[in-house]
Amino acid sequence: MAIYNKINERKAPSNTKGPTVWIRENLFSTPLNVALTILGIMVLFWVIPPFVKWAYINANFAGTTREDCTSGGACWVFIRMKIDMFMYGFYPSELRWRINTVYGLFFVLMAAFKYLKSPLLKVALAHVYFIVGFLLVHGGFFGIEMVPTDKWGGLMLTIMVAAVGIVCAFPIGVLLALGRASHLPIIKSISVTYIEFIRGVPLITILFMSSIILPLFFPEGVTFDKLLRALIGIAMFEAAYIAENIRGGLQSIPKGQFEAADAIGLSYWQKMFLVILPQALKVAIPNLLSVAISLFQDTTLVLIIGLFDLLAMVRLSAADSYWLGYETEGYVFVTFIFWFFCYSMSTFSQKLEKRFNTNLR
Amino acid sequence: MKDRKEIIEIKNLNKWYGDFHVLKDVNLTINKGEIIVVCGPSGSGKSTLIRCINYLEQFQEGSIIVDGIELVNDVKKIKAIREEVAMVFQHFNLFPHLTILDNLTLAPIWVKKTPRKEAEATAMKYLERVGIANQAHKYPNQLSGGQQQRVAIARSLCKNPKIMLFDEPTSALDPEMVAEVLDVMIELAREDKTMVCVTHEMGFAKKVADRIIFMDAGQIVEENTPEEFFQNPESDRLKLFLEQILSH
Ligand SMILES: Nc1ncnc2c1ncn2[C@@H]1O[C@H](COP(=O)(O)OP(=O)(O)O)[C@@H](O)[C@H]1O
Ligand SMILES: [Mg+2]
Repeated sequence: MAIYNKINERKAPSNTKGPTVWIRENLFSTPLNVALTILGIMVLFWVIPPFVKWAYINANFAGTTREDCTSGGACWVFIRMKIDMFMYGFYPSELRWRINTVYGLFFVLMAAFKYLKSPLLKVALAHVYFIVGFLLVHGGFFGIEMVPTDKWGGLMLTIMVAAVGIVCAFPIGVLLALGRASHLPIIKSISVTYIEFIRGVPLITILFMSSIILPLFFPEGVTFDKLLRALIGIAMFEAAYIAENIRGGLQSIPKGQFEAADAIGLSYWQKMFLVILPQALKVAIPNLLSVAISLFQDTTLVLIIGLFDLLAMVRLSAADSYWLGYETEGYVFVTFIFWFFCYSMSTFSQKLEKRFNTNLR
Repeated sequence: MKDRKEIIEIKNLNKWYGDFHVLKDVNLTINKGEIIVVCGPSGSGKSTLIRCINYLEQFQEGSIIVDGIELVNDVKKIKAIREEVAMVFQHFNLFPHLTILDNLTLAPIWVKKTPRKEAEATAMKYLERVGIANQAHKYPNQLSGGQQQRVAIARSLCKNPKIMLFDEPTSALDPEMVAEVLDVMIELAREDKTMVCVTHEMGFAKKVADRIIFMDAGQIVEENTPEEFFQNPESDRLKLFLEQILSH
């Protein structure tokens, strides 16, 4: 009989880790890899220094007029002078605190989310936030002055269209996804038809339809807010995409989960809302967040039905005869803002994925 | 002795999957408090049979009466039957997004409208019985297979069912975990619950079964007391089956 002694743990050999090993293995492992690395570095050298020179070293930050931009670099004075327009559109400046309050309340909401356990309470609170936020920005009650929606614009409008679009589209999307997975033929075919119809049509068409065709269904004289029409169109459009992503999540749930929920006696809606959807949504989060990101970018299309979102505001300002010739600065600024929001959302989605991962098999 | 009242009556049950005749003229009467073990080769229709009892599967011909309620496609009756009948699955089917405790209290809170406090107290009582009260706040996949199956048993006990169905509760487990689950089941068998267990654990069958049923190709081929079942198998198919599972 053989008897073996216990072997103690020891460290991994040192020549298998560390930065030099990483560089050797990842950047210079094959001739092609070496070539690509060198090419990459060359491109960076070619692009970055001139940009930094234009945007920072030679740029003009101080001053208030066009004449202050003398050094040949970027004229950030233009952005500084127009920033209020970019942020708030034509919203009256003495009332802008209302928008800022809504932004501030968002952080309060996020903090509350950290402390609240019950998802139901969270959803309820988020709804309260959206309603209060909308009423505050819109006004027209309790003696708070009303600001008609055609005064809304800039980043505030962009955020608002994207957020309201997603929030309204989400419940519709959930119902459509359940409808599509349903065994009832009528419900199923209605859902399928709706989803496939919307997915076959570009957003721009839907926006035109909702702004031109929708009013035809209403008696003459009934005017319909332009923003509201855009929001209805966007929510209807997004709902179809959200539904498809949730359907993907639903399909990933093992049959045993449905059976266990049935066996313990849950009704259809209890089964779906307590057992299946929470799991399906976790699976769908990365895709839902990318729907949110593309919607955020697609809000720029509301320009074509005469709403002034951030991009439209920048175009308008760059067309200002006094500031003519500074649209580059404007578009760089818009790019940065869009990048910032989209990148934040994508980081957030990665965080969520990590957090939820522990509960998934 | 156990009283003689029937709790499950299956008469002339026939079921097809498309054109495939999966259950053929199944007749089976189970009395209150009886422990029935169902065995047979893979694909013989054991799961399908017991899944008909809580209407996870629909059937085309015959009738099933559970505790006086006839099984028909009627939401109220199905709900009533599912309150009496609990099921333990081969792959546990715990809800991975809920803690162990929430897995147990879900049905009591939402189906029976039990107050949360009370439901949690009951849940803890059952978790204690299956020996995992200290894991109540963990998530299912933080537990071993044996522990998960014991949680699943506790979950099914929470609604205090009259009938427990087990579908191969130990076949997905690593060998060292089979015993802990069987121990819990043996303990349950000593109470007055009616149990229908699909299992190939013949030690368990010998110890607690009142009757053993052998199925093959969608039919009940033989049913007998454990002693007779193992010592005097009649049909060739059962002899062959016993040879195969007891040979090593
Ligand atoms: N949903 C289904 N659709 C079609 N055939 C099925 C389905 N479920 C089971 N079967 C078939 O029915 C037969 C009996 O299955 P099952 O009751 O699971 O057998 P067992 O549990 O005895 O192994 C098998 O041949 C299986 O392939
Ligand atoms: Mg089976």
